[in-house]
Amino acid sequence: MSDVRQHADDIHEQFSDHLDVDVEDVEERLTTLVDEYKVPMDEARRSVTNHYLEEAGLDREDISSGDSEAANVEDVDEPEEWIDLTAKVIELWDPRSDSVAQVGLLGDPTGTIKFTKWAKSDLPALEEGGVYELRNVVTDEYQGRYSVKLNSTTVIEELDEDLEVGNDTSEVEGALVDMQSGSGLIKRCPEEGCTRVLQNGRCNEHGEGEGEFDLRIKAVVDDGIDAHEVIFDKDATENLTGLSLEEAKEMAMDALDTTIVADEIREDIVGTYYRIEGPTFGRYVLADDVEELDGPIDGEELLIKARSM
Amino acid sequence: MSQAELTREVARRVFASEFNDSTYTFKESDDERAPNYALLPTGDRANRVFVTGTLTETEDVGDESEYWRGRVVDPTGTFFVYAGQYQPEAAAVLRDTEPPAYVSIVGKPRTYETDDGTVNVSLRPESIAVVDDATRDRWVVETAERTLDRIEAFEAWEAEQEAPESGSTAPTNEYAEMARERYDSPVVNYRNDVIQALEQLEDVEEPDDAEATV
Repeated sequence: MSDVRQHADDIHEQFSDHLDVDVEDVEERLTTLVDEYKVPMDEARRSVTNHYLEEAGLDREDISSGDSEAANVEDVDEPEEWIDLTAKVIELWDPRSDSVAQVGLLGDPTGTIKFTKWAKSDLPALEEGGVYELRNVVTDEYQGRYSVKLNSTTVIEELDEDLEVGNDTSEVEGALVDMQSGSGLIKRCPEEGCTRVLQNGRCNEHGEGEGEFDLRIKAVVDDGIDAHEVIFDKDATENLTGLSLEEAKEMAMDALDTTIVADEIREDIVGTYYRIEGPTFGRYVLADDVEELDGPIDGEELLIKARSM
Repeated sequence: MSQAELTREVARRVFASEFNDSTYTFKESDDERAPNYALLPTGDRANRVFVTGTLTETEDVGDESEYWRGRVVDPTGTFFVYAGQYQPEAAAVLRDTEPPAYVSIVGKPRTYETDDGTVNVSLRPESIAVVDDATRDRWVVETAERTLDRIEAFEAWEAEQEAPESGSTAPTNEYAEMARERYDSPVVNYRNDVIQALEQLEDVEEPDDAEATV
């Protein structure tokens, strides 16, 4: 297919719902501009699109921009790309600013991504669990993390279908600001199928018991916008702290006190920046993949922004 | 026991210059247990902050019991940190740490009025950790970013105020409005502080780069 024909098809598709127009007619207009009048293709496209907008009595915002392409969440790897997503709203978060109407997590079979919907865009509200076709959203990037922004040109269409979300993982990047009680060396109920944590040697369900030692951390990782609760299981705790369950038991035995383990861990991790990836359970993120952010950081881009504001 | 906080207060990122200007505090409801917020001049509320800087000085200023004061310096100014018997872990860190050292602090803003009527803002730590320079640099960049975001939201709101004819799309910004009512200091000051903080970071990094290329 020729280049002109491809563009003509794109334009034709945008107007197919609004105008009874042949793709040949579109192609002819484009050809005239490009071949005869030596207008660059993007300018020609713009001109032809405007022609049909006028004919149909539409605004540019009423049609999906021909520049956006259908994409999957996992394809998002560039900022400022215009794309169309079909995605499910996994979670809505509380907007921290009045300029944001809605913020949350979208997912499709290939992954999940944060979205932001601006208040001034005046778009319909998305509902948690709803599946939508989102045409003309723009991608954004911050320190290697991608998100999409819904804007005033975005077209939202609710779909009456469910969508399997590939990987219900969250990514949290921020400072570990608190370690909560119930962290460190804990004892779990030994009854089969019961993993409750013993409180003063008692299981809520099965009463007094010897209990089995385990290691875990319940922490709060905060990026200055949201505070996320993160759980590190035994393996994640061992990896994070370099302290094995056996060593923790010995440490507690020597001190005749299990709380020494939590104190030691707290000192090690609070105040440190981490990037954490893992599945979400309610308000908790289970730390599957943990990276300490101790590398150098570049503030130059931000400096340029600050100077130009 | 940690009370099950339904929504845990976010730890705001704020430079010392802005923190020390956050002299106005308020509650969102009449409930006596409602959280206290300091009003940030760039237009946000802060019940909790996360700061990083150089601990330059510690002193026990208590009478009968220990009451530690620490000075923590960032590129824009100094945080005054106070920890006593109710913050035993933080007090212990201030007692045991030999300045200078990089520390990061999670804590709550507190205000007090001096005899001459000036309101001072200090930081009551929940935790203090000794950290490395990479963490400190990351905090500077992160705090610069968050501060610029607040300034942008503030200026967007301000622009809408000045052009009321475009009224219907005006984003409301409750805390920007409150800040303009309560404070005299224009937000551009904080943008300048951001620039200064980031420039300092660049200056420090350059010799490293030069070394690496030798």
